[in-house]
Amino acid sequence: MSTFSAVKILSPPLFAARSSSPFLASPFAPPLSRSGLRSTRLPLPPLAVSSDVISGQNPIASDSSTSRHAEVSREEALVLYEDMVLGRVLEDMCAQMYYRGKMFGFVHLYNGQEAVSTGFIKLLEARDSVVSTYRDHVHAVSKGVPARAVLAELFGKTTGCCRGQGGSMHMFSSTHNLLGGFAFIGEGIPVATGAAFSSKYRHEVLKESNPNGLDVTVAFFGDGTCNNGQFFECLNMAQLWKLPIVFVVENNLWAIGMSHIRATSDPEIWKKGPAFGMPGHHVDGMDVLKVREVAMEAIERARRGDGPTLVECQTYRFRGHSLADPDELRKPDEKAHYAARDPITALKKYILEKNLATEWELKAIVTKIDEVIEDAVEFADSSPFPPRSQLLENVFADPKGFGIGPDGKYRCEDPKFTEGTAQV
Amino acid sequence: MAASLQSAVFLSNRIDPHRRLFASPARSLPGTKGSILVVRSDGRISGRLSGRNLITNAVAVECCFTKADTPTSSTDSKPGHELLLFEALREGLEEEMDRDPRVCVMGEDVGHYGGSYKVTKGLAPKYGDLRVLDTPIAENSFTGMGIGAAMTGLRPVIEGMNMGFLLLAYNQISNNCGMLHYTSGGQFKIPVVIRGPGGVGRQLGAEHSQRLESYFQSIPGLQMVACSTPYNAKGLMKAAIRSDNPVVLFEHVLLYNLKERIPDEEYVLCLEEAEMVRPGEHVTILTYSRMRYHVMQAAKTLVNKGYDPEVIDIRSLKPFDLYTIGNSVKKTHRVLIVEECMRTGGIGSSLRAAIIDNFWDYLDAPIMCLSSQDVPTPYAGTLEEWTVVQPAQIVAAVEQLCQ
Repeated sequence: MSTFSAVKILSPPLFAARSSSPFLASPFAPPLSRSGLRSTRLPLPPLAVSSDVISGQNPIASDSSTSRHAEVSREEALVLYEDMVLGRVLEDMCAQMYYRGKMFGFVHLYNGQEAVSTGFIKLLEARDSVVSTYRDHVHAVSKGVPARAVLAELFGKTTGCCRGQGGSMHMFSSTHNLLGGFAFIGEGIPVATGAAFSSKYRHEVLKESNPNGLDVTVAFFGDGTCNNGQFFECLNMAQLWKLPIVFVVENNLWAIGMSHIRATSDPEIWKKGPAFGMPGHHVDGMDVLKVREVAMEAIERARRGDGPTLVECQTYRFRGHSLADPDELRKPDEKAHYAARDPITALKKYILEKNLATEWELKAIVTKIDEVIEDAVEFADSSPFPPRSQLLENVFADPKGFGIGPDGKYRCEDPKFTEGTAQV
Repeated sequence: MAASLQSAVFLSNRIDPHRRLFASPARSLPGTKGSILVVRSDGRISGRLSGRNLITNAVAVECCFTKADTPTSSTDSKPGHELLLFEALREGLEEEMDRDPRVCVMGEDVGHYGGSYKVTKGLAPKYGDLRVLDTPIAENSFTGMGIGAAMTGLRPVIEGMNMGFLLLAYNQISNNCGMLHYTSGGQFKIPVVIRGPGGVGRQLGAEHSQRLESYFQSIPGLQMVACSTPYNAKGLMKAAIRSDNPVVLFEHVLLYNLKERIPDEEYVLCLEEAEMVRPGEHVTILTYSRMRYHVMQAAKTLVNKGYDPEVIDIRSLKPFDLYTIGNSVKKTHRVLIVEECMRTGGIGSSLRAAIIDNFWDYLDAPIMCLSSQDVPTPYAGTLEEWTVVQPAQIVAAVEQLCQ
């Protein structure tokens, strides 16, 4: 049935309230004629196509006040708080360690975006998969990869989650179903689509079924990726075959120094979902409870076998694109606006207002996380670097792929291979 | 050619050029069943089947690809069945899909259409639309999807309708296929097979006549094989599917209709081994895919002129089988490489380097390499013919090499 059969043109106040999109009458749009163009191109209120899913929602749900989402229990709130704090402390420690020369290369930190990771990943089961980008440290720890393994990987030690071979941008964990960690943007989306395909295949062809539904895959990627071909190709395939996947756009408005508005003809990414026939949601990504609410629905939908969802989370990164980015293009008032909406502070405020926990308990959580991270740093510091013998391991799953040498034996049987000194 | 079919023949090291041997998976297959013959390509037999009648294989097509050699009497008492190369590929694929339910196929028009070269004909009705998946035209994404599926337990066979289309999938093939096993510290394996027809066809134009083996050969973590006969097509297809490494299987557009009689018994070939096509003494000719047939045609002329070329189909484009190649170089001391790749950065140039590195002392003459011209394949038939190596050039090259 066509998603477009139930198009509702929303009345002005409802739509304006629903979307916290900064593009509409945004004070942060660059003062160029382009923004003038935008406001004439999109009349206020804009006519928006929304999927049945959104249009079916209670219209008051669009209000952005904090009280306006499903209630969360004390246990759940503390889990969310701890996870976000873990992400934040880890990233801050990464920055410290980088400037001390413990890690090198490109390091992309997630500060400010924790609500998106926590909001989604804490709803997943162990069997579900997460696919990320190069900004993957926090996705990794949210999914359950120990902080020790992540930090050791960042330090390039052999005890890292990828034995030191991947680095910051390639976090993988087969135990925790973290399928990467990809350096090129958009590259992970087809992989995520494949994991979702696998899930459907296992259910339909191999007849393995779980009473709770299909294994779900959540793919995280940014606003810049949404202009990439792989994004569109995968939206098409996922919806075509109703794959159990959730596409999560972490729209932090900037792709290194390229503002989303300067790169995208229609910056409202959530609308691209209905264009392919799947629901498209737009949510305030600085509010973990709102993200969680939308995530719950999207994940359930995938689990039932109803297909994919596109969720655009409006979020912001407090630091530059990477530790090498001087971050000169973003305006101070934009940064201040989002800094004031720090998701951790917001959740803390919510917890205290609702009396779900005391200030002391929350401080204890922070202290505990500090200790976890410090222990992880010590572990990573004291771990050994990979030995030479590790060089040629893992190039092939089946090392016969190195071929047959002049002496008739497989080259991988040559002792120089285990020593790592053979020339391949 | 005598009726060469004998019973209980244990082959000596002197290999009768008119016999074809079953190349063996002897060292590799954990699941080798009793019915799989395990003869090494140099005639040695590994223990388990001693005492069995060793039946040599049938005649394969050795001349021009447009006509099939009539099977001689040597095949009379050999069971086995005759089929075309694309059918052999399909048979291999089907056997593997029957054997392991995680093997699936994805590509454009592989399902309902049966594959643009009919390699997957009949598979979709048998296995269903999910196992033989018709994808939209999005090579990069469905290749990536195959990789994601492989990481999570499936064993996809990804078809590029034409190898050239896989240029669009280069991102996924290089970054994820080749490297992901390494960057994940060995946590995820990518047991995909990427296959499709490439090579210069009949006036298909430049873009449909590409040879991608030269582009993919630098990707670490990838294995590449090229099939050239129905026998090795089926064997390599099966081996590639069973391998835990990502394997690119190069087929050739003009070879799909080759006919050969292949064994009824199940057999799997070794991905890393080369194939001895015609043993000889004077010169080693290394080739693969369609050029094998140009070489064999030239070989007929050369034999008439009194030369004795040794022809090896290298089959494994990455890695090279340095043992078979090396033994040959040590015997003949002269090497000619005949390939359809472009000269620059082609398989031939890598092979030349490998031979020089390893067997320099055994060479009596510089290694000659005949490759296609570094020219986009023209549409006009005459021009197209001149871009590709022809038998006459091969004859001239051997004559020059053997002076």
